[in-house]
Amino acid sequence: MRFYEYESKALFARHGLPLGHSGVADSAVHAREIAHQIGRPVVLKSQVLSGGRMKAGAVKFADTPDEAAQIYDEIFPIIVGGQKARSILVEEKSPIAQEYYVGVTWDGRRKLPVLIFSDMGGIDIEDAAEQHPDHVSKTHFSTILPVSPRIAKEAISATGVTGGALNKLTPIVSKLIDIFLEYDLTLAEINPLVRLEDGRFVVLDGHVDMEAEARDQHKKLLDELGIGPEETRQARPPTDFEIRGAEVDASDHRGVAGNVVEFDGDLGLIIGAGGGSLTLFDAVRSHGGKPANYCEIGGNPSVNKTCELTKLVLSKPGVEKIAVMMNVVSNTRVDIVARGVIKGCIEAGKDPSETIAIFRIPGAWEEEGFKILAKHKVDYCDRSVSMYDAAGRAVAKMKSA
Amino acid sequence: MSILINSETTFIVQGITGREAVNLTRENLDYGAKIVGGVTPGRAGRDVYGVQVYDCVRDITAKTRVDGSVVCVPPRFTRDAVFEALENGIKLIVVVTERIPRKQVAQMVELANLRGARIIGPNCLGIISPGEAKMGGVGGPAANTKTAYTKGSIGIMSRSGGMTTEIASTLTAAGMGQSTAVSIGGDAIIGTSYAELMPLFEADPQTQAIAIYSEPGGRMEAELAEWTQENNSRLPIVAFMAGRFMDEMPGMRFGHAGTIVEGKADTTAEKIKRMTEAGIAVAERISDIPKMLQERIGEAK
Repeated sequence: MRFYEYESKALFARHGLPLGHSGVADSAVHAREIAHQIGRPVVLKSQVLSGGRMKAGAVKFADTPDEAAQIYDEIFPIIVGGQKARSILVEEKSPIAQEYYVGVTWDGRRKLPVLIFSDMGGIDIEDAAEQHPDHVSKTHFSTILPVSPRIAKEAISATGVTGGALNKLTPIVSKLIDIFLEYDLTLAEINPLVRLEDGRFVVLDGHVDMEAEARDQHKKLLDELGIGPEETRQARPPTDFEIRGAEVDASDHRGVAGNVVEFDGDLGLIIGAGGGSLTLFDAVRSHGGKPANYCEIGGNPSVNKTCELTKLVLSKPGVEKIAVMMNVVSNTRVDIVARGVIKGCIEAGKDPSETIAIFRIPGAWEEEGFKILAKHKVDYCDRSVSMYDAAGRAVAKMKSA
Repeated sequence: MSILINSETTFIVQGITGREAVNLTRENLDYGAKIVGGVTPGRAGRDVYGVQVYDCVRDITAKTRVDGSVVCVPPRFTRDAVFEALENGIKLIVVVTERIPRKQVAQMVELANLRGARIIGPNCLGIISPGEAKMGGVGGPAANTKTAYTKGSIGIMSRSGGMTTEIASTLTAAGMGQSTAVSIGGDAIIGTSYAELMPLFEADPQTQAIAIYSEPGGRMEAELAEWTQENNSRLPIVAFMAGRFMDEMPGMRFGHAGTIVEGKADTTAEKIKRMTEAGIAVAERISDIPKMLQERIGEAK
């Protein structure tokens, strides 16, 4: 879950990282006020959950408070990476002598956190690593030993930085490691961290991602930063359909009917589980089908939960048919899912035999399930029909309908 | 032979009195597993389908040999449960629990490495060596497990628990049994990756080829591609890549926690390219896997 720059900086400030004077403006008048308080030239930066702000023209400088107000109006409407600005950060403009990059993230292969440091900050770190490997260091560190400043020192020194700069950078970088571990972050990045002409070191831009699984654990921090539980911070904001999908999942603790994602096609999908849904969604598309939604059912959802999910999918305009498919199931009962989708069709005022294009869930309690499906004249198949072919049968019905 | 577990493997279930763990215990016992005890703090003296419950792992390790543990406790207690197993000398730990923040997973894995132990998972359904034993929820009830899994020569590794069984069932229908199937887990950091299991399969005379289920996110397929090239592996590998639609949807999370496209290396296109270059065959459909394996086993002979 990505933090806005101003939230990242608020987190950094709590831990004493050096930051320039700034304020978050939500109007041109407010931007003018903040610039006036700072009393120096400022930079205005659009607050979006996306990179590429500079390229999009959403970061600009202002010499006077009036100019700041004018620039606020100019950059606020700019869409960056599909995202609208939430607010504009107004920050003192600093004369820079040198830029550095500091990032902490996870290395899934080594299964350890890694500190990435470069004395060529401000640029894309992957490009820098490729073109100037001597200037980018990667230092893995333990998650069970206490954090020690020598990790930061070694990482910085490996890029050739020495003298006063090394000693001033070390505690800043070490603190970023502390923050990364303390808040279960998946990324803590300062780019750039700068040495100003007057010799001070300041964090100019910061980017923090928190692991979604750890949100509950850090509820206090999130509350204080004003990040509510409704903010999913996915690549795009959830649609009404997706919000209703999450409500269906939360309405009953038995089983999962999760990760409902809206698409613009006409074939409704009741699919599962995690890997099965990915496989089936691909299969529908490769047959030329157009899914109306993605979802993941599993963990033996109750009849009611599957019923509500079915009704939700069928409520989407243009959706007349659904395909109900999973990989061979072990923990989910075929008969319970069958009952759920049939009930959902009936409650939505539709005929299950017309509406369910295919039912392909083999596995636990399949005989009972198939009996129910046969009784309602629903087209079903067992494991002898592959996931791919089952998806093909559903798509063929859409085409002939 | 098989890898990781066989009919002699003894293990315990941590969190054994929980709803899911009770089912898992039943299913494993029915399949012939040697479960030598269970742990739930405060519940010592009870039993679950005849398996004695204890307060501490050491109460069991003190009196009998314990090869492994299935950890099935809520996320906030998982790290401590794994540490307890490790500090009592258990060398194979299957972590079923999902939604564990990755810092805690990294801590478990780091301690396991220090103790010379192996973790499978988290967020997995465990291990099955068909006809020998199973350790975890893989395959579900014993009757269902026996329908899908048969003893044979194909090793399976899968980032999805459900797809482990789908692949086994497809192989069984084609008359191809399995040596050992491992549900390795769907998280961004897991105890044992494909490449880390390969030396075990390589050393197992029963195993003649490998089938893999893979998806977007992470670097595990690249690691496997490098391993097979560097080690000139004797085992043909066929991989199925799911989630191809996700290449067009960076930043969106589907399926498992580790399944997200954050950079080019996470995409299925890139993974397919890397694996193909390393001589790993990539299947378009699950149903293509048996034939592709047969062709490659034929060539290898």
